Amino acid sequence: MAKMNLVQAINSTLAYEMERDPRVVILGEDVGVNGGVFRVTDGLAAKFGNERVQNTPLDESGIMGIAIGLALGGMIAVPEIQFEGFLGPAYDQLVNHAGRMRTRSRGRFTVPMTVRVPVGGGIHAPELHSDSPEAIYSHHPGLKVVMPCTPYDAKGLLLSALRDPDPVVFFEPKRVYRSFLEDVPEEEYLIPIGEAKVVSEGEDITVVTWGAPVFQALEAMDQLPDDVSVELIDLRTCYPIDIDTIAASVEKTGRCVIVHEAPKTAGLGAEISALVQERCFLHLEAPVQRVTGFDTIMPYYKLELEYLPEAPRIKKSIEECLAY
Amino acid sequence: MAQATTDRPSLSSQLPDKTLTKWLYDMQLIREFETRTAQAYQQAKIGGFCHIYTGQEACAVGTIACLDAKDPVITAYRDHGHALARGMDPKACMAEMFGKLPGCAKGKGGSMHMFDKPNHLYGGHGIVGAQTPLGAGLAFADRYRWEVLGKGSKQVSLCYLGDGALNQGAFHEAQNLAGLLNLPVIYIVENNGYSMGTSIERGTTMADQLTLKAKGYGIKGIEIDGMSIMDVYDAFKPLVDECRDLQRPGFVDLKTYRYQGHSMSDPQKYRTKEEVEDAKERDSIANLASHLMQERGCLSEDDWKAMQKEIRDIVKESVDFAEAAEAPSVEEELYSDVFIHPLPNLSPSGAYTHGSKNPLL
Repeated sequence: MAKMNLVQAINSTLAYEMERDPRVVILGEDVGVNGGVFRVTDGLAAKFGNERVQNTPLDESGIMGIAIGLALGGMIAVPEIQFEGFLGPAYDQLVNHAGRMRTRSRGRFTVPMTVRVPVGGGIHAPELHSDSPEAIYSHHPGLKVVMPCTPYDAKGLLLSALRDPDPVVFFEPKRVYRSFLEDVPEEEYLIPIGEAKVVSEGEDITVVTWGAPVFQALEAMDQLPDDVSVELIDLRTCYPIDIDTIAASVEKTGRCVIVHEAPKTAGLGAEISALVQERCFLHLEAPVQRVTGFDTIMPYYKLELEYLPEAPRIKKSIEECLAY
Repeated sequence: MAQATTDRPSLSSQLPDKTLTKWLYDMQLIREFETRTAQAYQQAKIGGFCHIYTGQEACAVGTIACLDAKDPVITAYRDHGHALARGMDPKACMAEMFGKLPGCAKGKGGSMHMFDKPNHLYGGHGIVGAQTPLGAGLAFADRYRWEVLGKGSKQVSLCYLGDGALNQGAFHEAQNLAGLLNLPVIYIVENNGYSMGTSIERGTTMADQLTLKAKGYGIKGIEIDGMSIMDVYDAFKPLVDECRDLQRPGFVDLKTYRYQGHSMSDPQKYRTKEEVEDAKERDSIANLASHLMQERGCLSEDDWKAMQKEIRDIVKESVDFAEAAEAPSVEEELYSDVFIHPLPNLSPSGAYTHGSKNPLL
């Protein structure tokens, strides 16, 4: 057992799996000697060699395409895209090839690939370096999308992703990268993709979120009166959505607030809200609420915290939902 | 064009008669197959879109003749010829276009999506040029397997593209990576002169010196006359051997011509009938047949007629087979093959399993 932050947990898990499985190949911009823009692959090139930690030029479409070919050819490809906004140039490859290869070949070929992508705001960066595009990639059949927000969950989900025979988009909330340390067991454990986690049990209202806003939700809960009992669910996997865990909670509490950083329209909150009303309609005591980014472009850092779903907005939404 | 630089006999002239006769057979199979495909399309038995390979037969057959059985092949959507040249059962190919279950992709992919795992054919892809980084990645995997894992042997990947794909960004990223990382992939531009209705001169720079585009990425490029399968073999085989041996990329401007429109719905207002007829004068199949009959003297008129008859029967059989085959069932096939296990019970790990077994592959 060692105390690790999110970056250390991901780094050590990559090293663990590379040691175990020689087919694992990392590739991306500056992932080698520099260890990647957030230093997540620091030291891996020195340990495993430049062939297994392959530096590439700045060419996201090429990185993603070559990673898909590598995976098709029998390896485990782990491309790193420096920021979520840079998925744009790679979108065609990711969506039109990685996510469709099993279907297109009807099960004869598959793409075992884990695409690592730092995601989200809160680090004073501009747009394209602070966005939350998880709904876009959740919309496309054939891609699994995960977003762990703790070092412990990151290890278990990353091992699951690396051993999944299908492509997984592994979003890493950069606001959480070095924000706290947690005990991470040295031995191997898997957290199944598609399983949400009940962070704290409660009776009065369900809050569903994922990524960095989990910690803003916890902060909001601290500010609520002691007699308000909130059940907080960390979705952990954006697709497939663990609606069973959410529905069981909402059937108990009758109220639901969904929190995400991405813009409101067609965000995952809309999908979860629809699923909740399909599954829990007769249990609902109030309309499902959403606390989200706005339908604007993520602003630069002076307005960043106004855009993000910070604790005061979450607290207000919980109070309104309870008072309905 | 490829030219002999010495007095030594060409590579193809040293091959046995039966090899060249097999080339003729494979090219005629594609020709006949595409004729019947176009008919079936016009009879509305084939859905979607359909891109006919007629005229370009020497490209697929000649280049694939230079490969080892395990070398990966990936191409774009004009892919029936590559599938047949790589050894796909014509029944699986035809049934796929008819949308029937014994098709190579269980009748759910269609004309543009030919896959054949035992024959190392990695598709059939519909976005122009987007398959080119995948070709580099397949080469990466093979080189990694050989150099790092110490398994297998040196392979070369063939990645086909049309001349229209020369202008897509993905192709330039792919070439840069292939050149930079020394990936053994050969990009074969099947240059039929038109990207849909746009002639190559109107679509790309330096249209008469395409190899310079590869040179810019440090990749050796050659021009080959794709209407002569002997020329294809003579020029391409040394390039394949070199790229395999040195584990380097290559580029081929393979000059060819498609007799049909871009797709079955192309009015072809961008070219004249005379231009098409002129190209047919240089037909690769007629060329090879006459070479075998007159120069080699290993094929008689009767042999050739018998071969054509045999192929007609095989292709007709594939159409009959496709018509009679069952369609994919809703329960088994509408929801399958998105992930290894159907949702919602996803398995995060576990061994790769194939889709339900296709009787033909």
